[in-house]
Amino acid sequence: MADTAKLPADSFKPMSADDRAALDSEKIAAPSLTFMQDAWRRLKKNKGAWVSLILLALIFILAFGSAIASPHDPNQVHPEYANLPSKIPGIGINGFNGTLVQAGQRIDAYKQAGATGAHYLMGTDYLGRDLLSRVLYGTRISLIIALVATLFDLTIGVTYGIFSGWKGGRVDTFMQRVIEIILSIPNLVVIVLLILILKPGMLSIIIAIALTSWTNMARLVRAQTLEIKEQEYILAARTLGESSLKIAFKHLLPNLSSVIIINTMFTIPSAIFFEATLSYIGIGISSPQASLGTLLNDGQKNFQFLPYQMWWPALVLCIIMLAFNLLGDGLRDAFDPRTKE
Amino acid sequence: MAKYLAKRIFYLILTLFIVITVTFFLMKLLPGTPLTNQAKLSQSQIALIYKQYGLDKPEWQQYLLYLAGAVKGDFGTSFQFSDQPVSYLLSSRIGPSLQIGLQAMVVGVVLGILVGAIGAMRQNTWVDTTTTVVSILGISIPSFVLAVLLQYYLGLKAQLFPIAEWGGFIYTVLPTLALGATPLAESARFVRTEMVDVLSSDYIELAKAKGLSRMGVIYHHALRNSLIPLITIVGPLAVNIMTGSMVVENIFSIPGIGEQFVKSVLTNDYPTIMGLTIIYSFMLCVVLLFTDILYGIVDPRIRLTGKAN
Amino acid sequence: MDNENNILEVRNLQVNFKTYAGDVKAIRNVSFDLRKGETLAIVGESGSGKSVTTRTIMGLNASNADIVSGSIMYKGQDLLKKSEQEMEGIRGQDIAEIFQDPMTSLDPTMKIGRQIAEPLMVHKGMKKDKAWAQALEMMKLVGITDAESRINDYPHQFSGGMRQRIVIAIALINYPEVLIADEPTTALDVTIQAQILNLMKELQDKISTSIIFITHDLGVVAGMADRVAVMYAGKIVEYGTVDEIFYNPKHPYTWGLLSSMPTLDSSGDELPSIPGTPPDLLDPPTGDAFAARNAYALKIDTEQEPPFFKVSDTHYAATWLLHPDAPQVTPPAQIVERQKKYAKMQQALAQAQQTTGPVEEEEEQQ
Repeated sequence: MADTAKLPADSFKPMSADDRAALDSEKIAAPSLTFMQDAWRRLKKNKGAWVSLILLALIFILAFGSAIASPHDPNQVHPEYANLPSKIPGIGINGFNGTLVQAGQRIDAYKQAGATGAHYLMGTDYLGRDLLSRVLYGTRISLIIALVATLFDLTIGVTYGIFSGWKGGRVDTFMQRVIEIILSIPNLVVIVLLILILKPGMLSIIIAIALTSWTNMARLVRAQTLEIKEQEYILAARTLGESSLKIAFKHLLPNLSSVIIINTMFTIPSAIFFEATLSYIGIGISSPQASLGTLLNDGQKNFQFLPYQMWWPALVLCIIMLAFNLLGDGLRDAFDPRTKE
Repeated sequence: MAKYLAKRIFYLILTLFIVITVTFFLMKLLPGTPLTNQAKLSQSQIALIYKQYGLDKPEWQQYLLYLAGAVKGDFGTSFQFSDQPVSYLLSSRIGPSLQIGLQAMVVGVVLGILVGAIGAMRQNTWVDTTTTVVSILGISIPSFVLAVLLQYYLGLKAQLFPIAEWGGFIYTVLPTLALGATPLAESARFVRTEMVDVLSSDYIELAKAKGLSRMGVIYHHALRNSLIPLITIVGPLAVNIMTGSMVVENIFSIPGIGEQFVKSVLTNDYPTIMGLTIIYSFMLCVVLLFTDILYGIVDPRIRLTGKAN
Repeated sequence: MDNENNILEVRNLQVNFKTYAGDVKAIRNVSFDLRKGETLAIVGESGSGKSVTTRTIMGLNASNADIVSGSIMYKGQDLLKKSEQEMEGIRGQDIAEIFQDPMTSLDPTMKIGRQIAEPLMVHKGMKKDKAWAQALEMMKLVGITDAESRINDYPHQFSGGMRQRIVIAIALINYPEVLIADEPTTALDVTIQAQILNLMKELQDKISTSIIFITHDLGVVAGMADRVAVMYAGKIVEYGTVDEIFYNPKHPYTWGLLSSMPTLDSSGDELPSIPGTPPDLLDPPTGDAFAARNAYALKIDTEQEPPFFKVSDTHYAATWLLHPDAPQVTPPAQIVERQKKYAKMQQALAQAQQTTGPVEEEEEQQ
């Protein structure tokens, strides 16, 4: 058993101070990461979420950039160029080369309309307006509605949730009953009622969506607050005499941040969805303004003959929804240390 | 259990009462009257119509009358179709909506469970990725976009199903698919997350240590524990189907309450809107009550304490 | 030393875990035997690799675990070479495990009768009625009062101690040859701990099983184990009979563990502790992993890993201090005390042997 090989003579001297200093038992080989760094690292590893983030950034830049520099004026009517299909230079595939089937024959719609020099990437609508510019414009309106509504929803929902969870007792029970009553009517019905009262328009859509969609946030924040409230560090802060407001901002909010961020990522697409539904029904944004919903509604009427007029806004809408959902999923995984590999 | 049930039914009635009250007074804020769509009428004609709708009485009387009527299922007379009571309009239209809604729910949830469970069992493989992609697409594509696509490609092009109107079962296939996509996707996601969680729990470890096979562990322990919480999302899914049906019924020209709601909104037919709001709220409350009771029955931890949370 | 008394022989086991930062070397060349009918305690602080060792025996390691080398011989067959299906036949039948936390290790939605009967139905193909009847017997055996009426109850209706009894019933229902108890009392109240330990000893006699007892609590070991293996940083550093480890420890880490354990005769001074923390197994140090925390460390400890040095036929320790060239060191006072007691005991034993003949069984020290 024992090693019989010759060992150097000084092997059995007690370890020197230098040797000991070199051996730092507290050394951690894996790099230490803060919570946010760790979440960020995991988010970056999630390809779907990462691509979504880049896509969303691109869509935001394009949609809001088009307010300054749009390929065409989204409201400029060209009746002679009406219903031209997509024409993307350099692509010869049917559907993207400006041709369409008319009476069983594929013809060049651009030649027929006398617009040989022009090319509309997504084609034009029934009034000859450039669809790409309309889609960018509509995306901008949809995003603005969704973002502003979500912002309201954030403030109402988070405040309501924290208050309800923090107070507890009867106040909490009452506040939860109120939410249950609101939740006992489908959201869209409430939104429609509110819009009828406020008169259709962008502002009333924003208000209606904001007033109805905060309940989910409030419930999640309340549940989390109830949990955090029992934690030792809150007790410590209370014992030290910190004011409730200070505790809420210094201790509660940072620990709620992941719940809030994740839920926001799911609120935005649902707001976009509600707006699209409203516009689709016909009580949303009205002409000449456009949103993704109105574009879809317009496109759907001619889907049989001019499918591109619905495909393009539908594609953009689905990409935005998909990207927010994937990002939300990615963030949830990133913030949840249990999914750590 | 009986005490709990009584309490829940009391809350259901209270909720409906509040919903009726709030909608009634909200509707009073609206400018329209039954005459908005009519041509010029004489003073006596107007008085007659006001009397017909009970609008000549003070508001609090109107409210009490409405409340008394609503209890009996009478929601007044439609503005749009002046000879039709709202209750008749709704009762003749609720059948198709219920059929499509229930079909969408059943098809969606059953397929969703299947997809979610398969994904969780093959966690982090291509199967999992595929099922995740399917479910995230289902959540991201609005039902009305899906409805138009289904109508065009499966109905018009492939001629597999009728593209619109209401007839036999075959007419329900496309609307069911369009409405069922979201419940499918949502429940698949939910089941997958839940099952992945359950599969990493201690009691699954113990089940493996007992020598159960992989399928035995899934079938006897993982499935039940991950499916019980699914009951909690049936309510939200019902909301989703109700919301979706408004547009989907329109696209397929189905004579349901969703289509009627949109029509009434566009024609400012307030009595019908009110009646529909109450009906929607009632259905949702019943679904929520039902799922709560079901949860109590299948989860032994709740069964004995008799509490919902 | 492949003894036929051994029911389980673990040889040169090495297990790594793949993580984002690299391979964590959780088990680094571990070998030990489990003899028929004995209780082997594996002692060490958290992260020393105790649980990974048992998971590997059960074939239940996490998916990122990588068994680099080694063998686990059970009845002449290598468990590491078995297929998943063959392992299913062994788990719960030949080798069973008791988990740490009884609050989470029972299925919350299944009646406990069914949970206890399940191994019978799986391995013996028993029908429900017969399996439940045996489950009921087992419930009585593990001391669940009113078993007849409680067999249809759900786990949340039982206290923590009762639940651990149920977990034990599940593990023992097939009379396994080897029982692995992974910190079975850690999650329980102290008073309940003693009950569960007594129950385990009692049942071991009744159904003659061998136990691997994983714990970080040396106090529990003294009453339970026949032999003890001390683990540190994924290695076994010292093993021997319970007396040898408690009264004649040779490894400085064992000294540290024993000194930090409160005893009745330890005077009112502060309880000593081992300074520092265990090394990160992502990048284990060369030489002796314990060197950095070892007040008795030699120069060679930083250069070369110590081999096992023999103390007696049953007692080995991996420390350079046992090398013939090593300087004589005096262990902490408390250990010296223990060694003196041990010497006295040995003397008394020798005298007793002279007068009454050979002692049949080793006396157990509480």
